[in-house]
Amino acid sequence: MVVKVYGPAFACPKRVLICLVEKEIEFETVPVDIIKGEHKDPEYLKLQPFGVVPVIQDGDYTLYESRAIIRYYAEKYKSQGTDLLGKTIEERGTVEQWLEVEAQNYHPPIYNLVLHVLFSDKMGFPADAKVIEESEKNLGKVLDIYEERLSKSKYLAGDFFSLADLSHIPFTNYLGAMGKMYLIKEREHVSAWWDDISSRPSWKKVLELYPAPILE
Amino acid sequence: MATPVKVYGPPMSTAVSRVLACLLEKDVNFQLIPVDMSKGEHKKPDYLKIQPFGQVPSFQDESISLFESRAICRYVSEKYANQGNKRLYGTNPLEKASIEQWLEAEGQSFNPPSSALVFQLAFAPRMKLKQDLGVIKQSEEKLAKVLDVYEQRLGESRFLAGDEFTLADLSHLPNTQYLVSVTEKGEMFTKRKNVGRWWSEISGRDSWKKVVDLQKAPPPKSA
Repeated sequence: MVVKVYGPAFACPKRVLICLVEKEIEFETVPVDIIKGEHKDPEYLKLQPFGVVPVIQDGDYTLYESRAIIRYYAEKYKSQGTDLLGKTIEERGTVEQWLEVEAQNYHPPIYNLVLHVLFSDKMGFPADAKVIEESEKNLGKVLDIYEERLSKSKYLAGDFFSLADLSHIPFTNYLGAMGKMYLIKEREHVSAWWDDISSRPSWKKVLELYPAPILE
Repeated sequence: MATPVKVYGPPMSTAVSRVLACLLEKDVNFQLIPVDMSKGEHKKPDYLKIQPFGQVPSFQDESISLFESRAICRYVSEKYANQGNKRLYGTNPLEKASIEQWLEAEGQSFNPPSSALVFQLAFAPRMKLKQDLGVIKQSEEKLAKVLDVYEQRLGESRFLAGDEFTLADLSHLPNTQYLVSVTEKGEMFTKRKNVGRWWSEISGRDSWKKVVDLQKAPPPKSA
């Protein structure tokens, strides 16, 4: 049975795709056109009642929320592919800490930036300059803390690449299209970390197969 | 008896209370260490050393320091898997995956609008800050849509992740407690039949009642 991933063109599903490639798990994808509103179709809502992407189907089994999906597969296939969870309960705890930091502190401002700067026209709402300004400021504050962390640690959770780093890749990639990659490049250790994680073969493969809907 | 774990932060903080509920469910002894947020203690260098984002809670046991309440809950549930409520984080991978799905739904869909409402309606008045009516209206609309999804789910399932109370339900306790007990938005929960039934069950647990008592205790006098 091959895992089916819905909505591969978009950033949250790409978290799942990177993880599946790292874990050497076969998958297929089903396009969901968010611009056309397919994620709000009754058929889609049966799979994902909150009307967001991704959702996965694995045989009869359905699971949604990208960070739940990556935790599930990283654990289920712990002994194959890249180890994304650490070797001990303590290392796992640190991975969880930085994955929650991404979810609670990094994701909200970068998501707002992507939505307003890249998607507002296509989705038919006015870009809010104040939201963009606030979000960039908040993202900068978070990145200052990352700079300090990454000056002491090669990856967020320690000396190993983990789900915590992986979770940052798809949205951070959009900074290029927004002309805001300076937020990363201006910070020496964040920049080195980004160069490292974004040059992983898994990310290159995912980008090649499923280019983002907004062209750079 | 194991050395008590340390939790830094005031019990009235929603994130701190999330961790306390988990520790009580798992029968893990803890020491609550005050952080006086009204005096900005959480933004001072000594605290930033243990939580660089200047947020509460922070957690320490004999082998690790951690922050982010949901990460702490996951770590505690795994480390102390064999004591207290053993079903809190699932007993097999599929149960755990369902818990993770609903924990993420809480963190990504439920938390933003509900914590905005908690801040605007419960905390801003106490802090003598002006309320933002636009934020209140938007948050209420978003939360209503989320609760409609929960209403459907809880008509099919006793708890969010399945038949048992888990971390996924627990994670919702702090924000909902404020909304139901000190704001007029409690009806959003109590007027939805299945959500109302679920709220009664989860908030009636001994562990949560103890947390609510801790929240009501007078704050410790500053040193």
